[in-house]
Amino acid sequence: MSVALPQWLDSFLSIFVKGVTMTVPLTIITFALAMIIAVITALVQFANIRGLKQIARFYIWFIRGTPLLVQLYLVFYGLPSVGVLIDAFPAAVFVLSINTGAYAAETIRAALEAVPAGQLEAGYCVGMSYLQIIRRIVLPQAMRTALPSLGNNLISLVKDTSLASTITVAEMLMEAKRIIAVQYNALEIYLYVAIIYLAFSTVLTKVQRFGEKKFGAYQKRENT
Amino acid sequence: MISVKNIHKSFGSLEVLKGVDIEVEKGEVIAILGPSGSGKTTLLRCINFLETADEGTMEFDGESFDLAHISRKDIARLRKKTAFVFQNYNLFLNKTALQNVTEGLIVARKMPKAEAVKIGKRALDRVGLSDRYDHYPNQLSGGQQQRVAIARALATNPEIIYFDEPTSALDPELIGEVLAVMKQLAEDGMTMLVVTHETNFARNVSSRVIFMDEGKVLETGPSKAFFESPREERVRAFLRMIDRKEE
Repeated sequence: MSVALPQWLDSFLSIFVKGVTMTVPLTIITFALAMIIAVITALVQFANIRGLKQIARFYIWFIRGTPLLVQLYLVFYGLPSVGVLIDAFPAAVFVLSINTGAYAAETIRAALEAVPAGQLEAGYCVGMSYLQIIRRIVLPQAMRTALPSLGNNLISLVKDTSLASTITVAEMLMEAKRIIAVQYNALEIYLYVAIIYLAFSTVLTKVQRFGEKKFGAYQKRENT
Repeated sequence: MISVKNIHKSFGSLEVLKGVDIEVEKGEVIAILGPSGSGKTTLLRCINFLETADEGTMEFDGESFDLAHISRKDIARLRKKTAFVFQNYNLFLNKTALQNVTEGLIVARKMPKAEAVKIGKRALDRVGLSDRYDHYPNQLSGGQQQRVAIARALATNPEIIYFDEPTSALDPELIGEVLAVMKQLAEDGMTMLVVTHETNFARNVSSRVIFMDEGKVLETGPSKAFFESPREERVRAFLRMIDRKEE
């Protein structure tokens, strides 16, 4: 006698599997790329590198001033008309990392500027170069300051990956729509989707707390 | 050892240094006194290139430099012979006391870590912090932080240490421990240029006093003579005012 899963569990699991196999990797890859973009974009502004700084400002201005959905459409549906064809998944990774990178860059830039100027001066006075001071003193402190906001960026990103369904990436929302088309139970299925996103976000919040503790030892006040 | 001539520095329309000359011989402990706004701190910052002077020359160990046009390479080279202690300590906030001291050795001077740690611990021991190696700056009192900063300065074995009002940010009861360390350094023969408001330190520890007022050196001389018989009326007024405050 074979045991058939009840239909609700079957639906829930098939969405959850899409979450684990698509939403999670999409988020991780995208966020890693976004962080690289953000740190570079923030640093060229902080270091006031002429030319690159202007490019950074333009990039941030453009990304923050246009909807993510439009950016996705531009790349996936727009670019083919000029001969640039990108598959759905890489297109989603590209647009989401460029998008998250712009917001995170502003967070990191603000955090860099919040590091006291004396830290840089002290570094010079012990003989360190600008790059050494940035890498070993200023950036680590800025990243610690930026951590809570970057956590927000990450949680936003997890939810924003649902937009990738609009450019045919087979993630959770896409799977949900497929099931609804057969079963006509939109409320139930979308509730599952909401619950799974909530679970992902909750886990990330915990990870963020843990990270803040781990990297924040020097900011903890102790009476000695 | 160091001779600086005709330093000028303006911030916008405000002329802070109006042609200052100073000379420092090896082993001298010089106190720079003067009212607020007289340019003491700016002078020290120009000498260590934290500010770029508008004009002036420096001779350091027989080499000459134009302060307004000195190359980055020369700045980096000269900074390795000097150390700077800041008013507000400026310890690296993400580094422990020991890491603060070893950072310049390991990163800037490419010293092997084990050797740097040995030197770092010795420097911290010397300022009385052998039980604070692994404390972060915010786990230390102001006096302890400033002593770590002095250890950081010592560790690089500089030819001279510049002090920019090293006790001005400290609570009164913590000033003594920092001055004691500085006194010990002076007795050990360290060359020091100290911008300070501590007349007791200037009187008892320093060998020479430079008195600055309105961007110029108004009077300079051996400490004893300076305090016993100042020539300038402006200096006498300044000393009277401080004596009154200390009573």
